Amino acid sequence: MIAEAGLACLWLAAALSLLQLLAGGFSLAGKGEQLASIIRPVAIVQGILVAIAFVMLIWLFLRTDLSVKLVAMNSHSAKPFLYKFAGTWGNHEGSMLLWVTIMGLSGSCIALLEKRLRSDTMIATLAAQAFVSIGFYAFLLFSSNPFERLPSPAPEGQGLNPLLQDPGLAFHPPTLYIGYVGLSVAFSFAVGALITRNVGPVFARAMRPWVLGAWIFLTLGITAGSYWAYYELGWGGWWFWDPVENASLMPWLAATALLHSVSVLATRGALRTWTIMLAVVAFSMSMVGTFLVRSGILTSVHAFAVDPERGSFILALLAIYIGGALALFAIRAVTIREGTRFSFFSREGALVLNNVLLTAILGIVLIGTLYPLLTEAMGTKVSVGPPYFNPVGAAFALPMLVVMAAGPLLRWRGDSGRKLLNMMALPALVAAVTLLLVVLFGGQIGILPLLGLILATGLAIASIIPLWRRNLLRTPLNIWGMVIAHMGIAVALFGMASESAFNQEVLVASQPGESHEVGPYTLTFNTIEPVAGPNWTALEANITAKVTASGKLDTLNPQSRNFSSPPTQTSEAALLTRWNGQLYVVLGEENVDGRWQLRLWWKPFVTFIWYGGLLIGLGGLLALIGRTVRDIKRRRHDMQDAQNAQAEEAAA
Amino acid sequence: MRLLVIITMFLGMVGMAVAQQSMPPAPYAYQQLDDPAQEAEAKALMETLRCLKCQSQSIADSDAPMAGDMRHQVRTRIAAGEDPEAIRAWLVERYGDWVSYAPTVSAVTWPLWAAPVILLLLALFLMRGRFRRAHTDDGKDS
Repeated sequence: MIAEAGLACLWLAAALSLLQLLAGGFSLAGKGEQLASIIRPVAIVQGILVAIAFVMLIWLFLRTDLSVKLVAMNSHSAKPFLYKFAGTWGNHEGSMLLWVTIMGLSGSCIALLEKRLRSDTMIATLAAQAFVSIGFYAFLLFSSNPFERLPSPAPEGQGLNPLLQDPGLAFHPPTLYIGYVGLSVAFSFAVGALITRNVGPVFARAMRPWVLGAWIFLTLGITAGSYWAYYELGWGGWWFWDPVENASLMPWLAATALLHSVSVLATRGALRTWTIMLAVVAFSMSMVGTFLVRSGILTSVHAFAVDPERGSFILALLAIYIGGALALFAIRAVTIREGTRFSFFSREGALVLNNVLLTAILGIVLIGTLYPLLTEAMGTKVSVGPPYFNPVGAAFALPMLVVMAAGPLLRWRGDSGRKLLNMMALPALVAAVTLLLVVLFGGQIGILPLLGLILATGLAIASIIPLWRRNLLRTPLNIWGMVIAHMGIAVALFGMASESAFNQEVLVASQPGESHEVGPYTLTFNTIEPVAGPNWTALEANITAKVTASGKLDTLNPQSRNFSSPPTQTSEAALLTRWNGQLYVVLGEENVDGRWQLRLWWKPFVTFIWYGGLLIGLGGLLALIGRTVRDIKRRRHDMQDAQNAQAEEAAA
Repeated sequence: MRLLVIITMFLGMVGMAVAQQSMPPAPYAYQQLDDPAQEAEAKALMETLRCLKCQSQSIADSDAPMAGDMRHQVRTRIAAGEDPEAIRAWLVERYGDWVSYAPTVSAVTWPLWAAPVILLLLALFLMRGRFRRAHTDDGKDS
């Protein structure tokens, strides 16, 4: 019954989204004024219905209802509670249902909360949102029904890929999906504004929280995914330029550019066309990401199912939405007024330069990701990996970091170069000192990590200069947000460069009683013993880590795990986190001579990569809170003004 | 008859599994070279070679037996004094372009390398448009 109820809710929600689109279309065409009034309620109910369907699916997974095909294929009665729960979206159908659920709920939120927009723009936005939803509902209902029953219940489920059995699964996919969907909302706003020819600061202020929110979630999702891969895969890598990682990086790059240009539009009324274009690009990138991941065109942990029918379906959706949006953009772009102008040497100028560079990096990642698919279609299989992305990406990213350091120090409209040079003196000095220190003590390191370290320290200093001579208590939250987010970029960059430059690796065949040195630690391999978990058995090593200089002791317990359903072996790394780096220990297999393979790494400041990511997210959150509070105040102020005016009129 | 086929397939699979398990990994799959400079050179090369059996991982980050064998090949060849690019060329000849993460410049891949240049030119073009407009704008303002 639960499955049928869920499916019914899903069909109803799909029907309502069709109603939402039609009502919106007719009322905009002037053929049914009264239809306009039902759009908001319909959007709200649609969101609630799809959320109920999703809760039904979670319920089925928690009960391990093996008469439902999806549960039988992906779950197992002996799985721990958390993975039964998170396993709901650890598969193709469930993750698509999660996607439309978030989309439906965002639609409800717009309908409930958004009060600033002109009513026709609002209607067009909700209609656009419904248009996007319908495609995804169709995809779910016609080619990926999560509630399908088996002819007869399975005796036991097939289990979840052990690599996915990690707390990361509960967090990583939903955050990324919220990010993707947030960009679809921004896209709906852009389409709404294009249709009703209403691109201006008010529209930008309505769109900004969604862009900012989506960007925060994308940042956190990517950070979490990177750390998850780092500790789970057991080789200490944190970014592989895997197409699926790129699929999340590309929307992030577009959202970063959009975030900055929408701010220019909201504050200065400039960059109108460019902002709309970026909104279309950002949504297209999240669609391309979905296509890459969900179509099964890539073999990866993320591509749960390989099914050409689904691939063609998503490709068709991609063509309709992106093609439609670009066509609308092409028709309406000429009608958008250019907006306020500015000198090149200004805050806006720096933001434009940064936007162009970000978009260029996005172009590099997109081309590098799609190129192998293209050549494969032509018959040659090539790989594009770090040797391409690192230097080519850096060629654009490094200048961008310089602009990023200077931009916030410039005034809007126009500024003097002399002043900027004075302000940049300190960051430049710090960068020079870093260079000196690395050359003196750093040993031989590559040019990219070296540049990374120099720019990271310079940027860290430059990013706090906007707080200089300000009353810190009175500094608006959005300024704090900017400072912290930029600082986060510097911190993450420092971590990346430091890990690449100073990583120490020791691979040994060891037996209990032996000691090995890595970085500042001496590791002693004490014992190896069997242990058991809820759905796995493992061999666990006991290793003592001693700081060679001070003699301080810690214990590490890396495991080599065997899962029974499906039968898989994974290695659970043991990590020792210190402020200045991480010790990463992996237990490998037993050699024929009875020795055990140990992989030991000392990774100086590697944790800065993810601390940086968290700082960026925190900065975004502060900016979001600051902007929202300011908007609410402004609205209350306006209302009070109106009331005062009325009172005065009444008195007169 | 069908049962027989299934049994033979099953036996075959067991046989393969036993053969795989009984084969020890090649010595340099999980062992570093003694000379740190040579090891660094080998590591740099391994990071740019694709593990053919994995999902977007280099042979430097993989537990797959084949990646282990390739690491062994790379390390022994580096130890024998071979040039890293010669080793890459040897592997590409054996497994195709797919094995190397560093795309070579060829008839198939030149657009990949042209892309950044084109993007740069496009960016400069966009900026130039802005710049000039700003100049005329300044003229009007002052």
